[in-house]
Amino acid sequence: MSDKAYEKYYVPAQSPWPIVGAVALFLIAFGAGTFVNEVTKQQPGFGGYMLAAGFVVLIFMLFGWFKNVIDESMSGLYSAQMDRSFRQGMSWFIVSEVMFFMAFFGALFYGRVIALDWLSGGSNNAMTFEILWPSFEAMWPLLKTPGGIETQAMPATGLPLINTAILIISSITLHFAHTGLEQNKRGQLKLMLLVTLLLGAVFLCLQVYEYIHAYRDLGLTLASGFYGNTFFLLTGFHGMHVTLGAIILLFVFFRVLKGHFTPEKHFAFQAAAWYWHFVDVVWLCLYVFVYVI
Amino acid sequence: MSAAVTDHEHDHEHHDHKPSGIKRWFYTTNHKDIGSMYLIFALVMFFIGGAMAMVIRAELFQPGMQFVEPNFFNQMTTVHGLIMVFGAVMPAFTGLANWMIPMMIGAPDMALPRMNNWSFWILPFAFLILLMSLFMPGGGPSFGWTFYAPLSTTYSGDSTALFVFSVHIMGISSIMGAINVIVTIFNLRAPGMTWMKMPLFVWTWLITAFLLIMVMPVLAGVVTMVLTDKYFATSFFDAAGGGDPVLFQHIFWFFGHPEVYIMILPAFGIVSSIVPTFARKPLFGYASMVYATSSIALLSFLVWAHHMFTTGMPVAGALFFMYCTMLIAVPTGVKVFNWVATMWRGAMTFEVPMMFALAFIVLFTIGGFSGLMLAITPADFQYHDTYFVVAHFHYVLVTGAVFSIIAGAYYWLPKWTGFMYDEKLGQWHFWCSLISVNLLFFPMHFVGLAGMPRRIPDYALQFADFNAFISIGGFLFGASQLIFVWVLVKCARGGEKATAQVWEGAEGLEWEVPSPAPYHTFETPPVIK
Repeated sequence: MSDKAYEKYYVPAQSPWPIVGAVALFLIAFGAGTFVNEVTKQQPGFGGYMLAAGFVVLIFMLFGWFKNVIDESMSGLYSAQMDRSFRQGMSWFIVSEVMFFMAFFGALFYGRVIALDWLSGGSNNAMTFEILWPSFEAMWPLLKTPGGIETQAMPATGLPLINTAILIISSITLHFAHTGLEQNKRGQLKLMLLVTLLLGAVFLCLQVYEYIHAYRDLGLTLASGFYGNTFFLLTGFHGMHVTLGAIILLFVFFRVLKGHFTPEKHFAFQAAAWYWHFVDVVWLCLYVFVYVI
Repeated sequence: MSAAVTDHEHDHEHHDHKPSGIKRWFYTTNHKDIGSMYLIFALVMFFIGGAMAMVIRAELFQPGMQFVEPNFFNQMTTVHGLIMVFGAVMPAFTGLANWMIPMMIGAPDMALPRMNNWSFWILPFAFLILLMSLFMPGGGPSFGWTFYAPLSTTYSGDSTALFVFSVHIMGISSIMGAINVIVTIFNLRAPGMTWMKMPLFVWTWLITAFLLIMVMPVLAGVVTMVLTDKYFATSFFDAAGGGDPVLFQHIFWFFGHPEVYIMILPAFGIVSSIVPTFARKPLFGYASMVYATSSIALLSFLVWAHHMFTTGMPVAGALFFMYCTMLIAVPTGVKVFNWVATMWRGAMTFEVPMMFALAFIVLFTIGGFSGLMLAITPADFQYHDTYFVVAHFHYVLVTGAVFSIIAGAYYWLPKWTGFMYDEKLGQWHFWCSLISVNLLFFPMHFVGLAGMPRRIPDYALQFADFNAFISIGGFLFGASQLIFVWVLVKCARGGEKATAQVWEGAEGLEWEVPSPAPYHTFETPPVIK
């Protein structure tokens, strides 16, 4: 490696933001842990307020922290080596996110391939079937649970298909925004980024609509057995990630409007784009395994 | 590994100004400060978790109910496990990583210093939540540290949600810590610090960090499912809704088995640093150590169901997991062989770090062998959920992981404080610990083989003598650790001045900076030949 790769590495001076962030997570975790109990028992309490306060502190922390980082970046404190640290850090973060979704996909595959088969007498479970739920029929989607809860399946065509198209197109537009940035075509960058954001927003609105449809018309709820569980947790966590990705892209958009980022140096843009593409790939897996197959 | 610093160590003192007061610790971005905080936190949690173990041993001193209610007993076993795993062993290793990795690879600090501080400060809050949950109406979590469904879903108390969220933020802390370690090692090595020149502690931590990034999110996933099963009417782990309680165990142990290697791979790294120093010979089979560590990590993803042989899995599955588990003995054997071969005809001396490292090699091997016994599916039907299992994992975690941490602490204390610790007290600490820990855990093998189940506050009369014996060992082991605190405090306050190299046979970058290590080391990277 050249000597330039080893110019002085920037170690920031003291920063108040990490401890503010830790307090925020404390408020969120303690608040959520209390709130969950209060909601399910319908008791009044402080949990909700504490949770909300946690998010306020977290947002305050993110603003402060990122402001510091952006200022440092804009004033040229970051070397190429620093940039690599950020890129590698973001990549490993995405790996951890992949593994988070893997836990839920794993549960889905296990349920479909093994649990349902065994509940209907597969493998060495003939007596389980005979004694526990002799009338149970294994099927996917699981429209009737062994306990007898019935639901309807979410079709793969129609709205979910449209949503798939929207996310794929948003990935493509984001790619063109990136090439615009790299070729210093700021107009293309702004336009394509804005289109990506709008597509993300439309996707989220359609997801909300789909949830209402599931609850009201299909009787498909969190409580309707393994199919509903995997459906809502996978699409729900995906939706949260789209929301987060869209918020990140929104701030990147504001920074673009302020004239930040150069064709050579645009880590924040890159990270947001990686995240968005990752969320899209998750959706594709999800569409195949939750809706289609 | 032979690495030599050529230059670039000029005017450290000039930059060596520390911020003062409490802000230094709250706002710090310094890897040494953060490392110290991790280590002190781990020590405090070690004593809190240890106090719970004392409650457990007091209750088990005699058959029948003595001191505590069964529900409280269950809370003690649960929280003891959670604290020791997530609050003591893992933070202690992260603290050692923080202190030593940048110095070992010639980096100015960790790659992402602010995130480093965030990783640390999450932990005290996470454990505050967990400990506070003990005082809730209905008590804290009492379903075992493995929180199997339906114990943690259908039959758990109101504190379950707090447990879930505190595990979530511990996981966030671990993942950020791991990302920091991995990026530091990938990106901040000094010029010339090639992969196969890295000290083994760095190698083992690199692989540990990879494991953490892969499995902590899976833990987050499974606690989330427990949360929704308990509070939001999902049925991931409820057969009536089409789920399966065994699914819980699959997901949990997919995290859980790599997790146990997360707690032992850095221990291998520490022992691989200490043994060559006191044998005054380079490590035997450096490259094979690296490959063995990597193989153990990869295999750790293929063995999780050996924790679940009694769940009624198909024979083909049981055989697969049995053979994969036994395969792990091969790379582990390579490691033990290499440590022994390093000592072969070495000019050995037996200072405290070396004593703990030697005890580690012998006692960890005992734990490894009992692991092999447990890996045999038909035999496991007998051992499952008995004190034999408790003996096994305490041999690998206490005389394994904890002994290595203590060894590492003695080994690097002079580098941290600038003073030599009190060798005589240290030897007392070692011998008291060694004898009491075996009194404590060795008889557990026997009561386990005889059929005493784990996680119960009462037991059949024929186990009474052994249990009294075990409890005495437990109290002695707990008391022995007070000597450790004494040594640490004494060493921090002063003593014989340590040289830069500290140990005659020590090699590596961390031994070429002064003792105590300057607040900022390697602001410009050293060049390694």
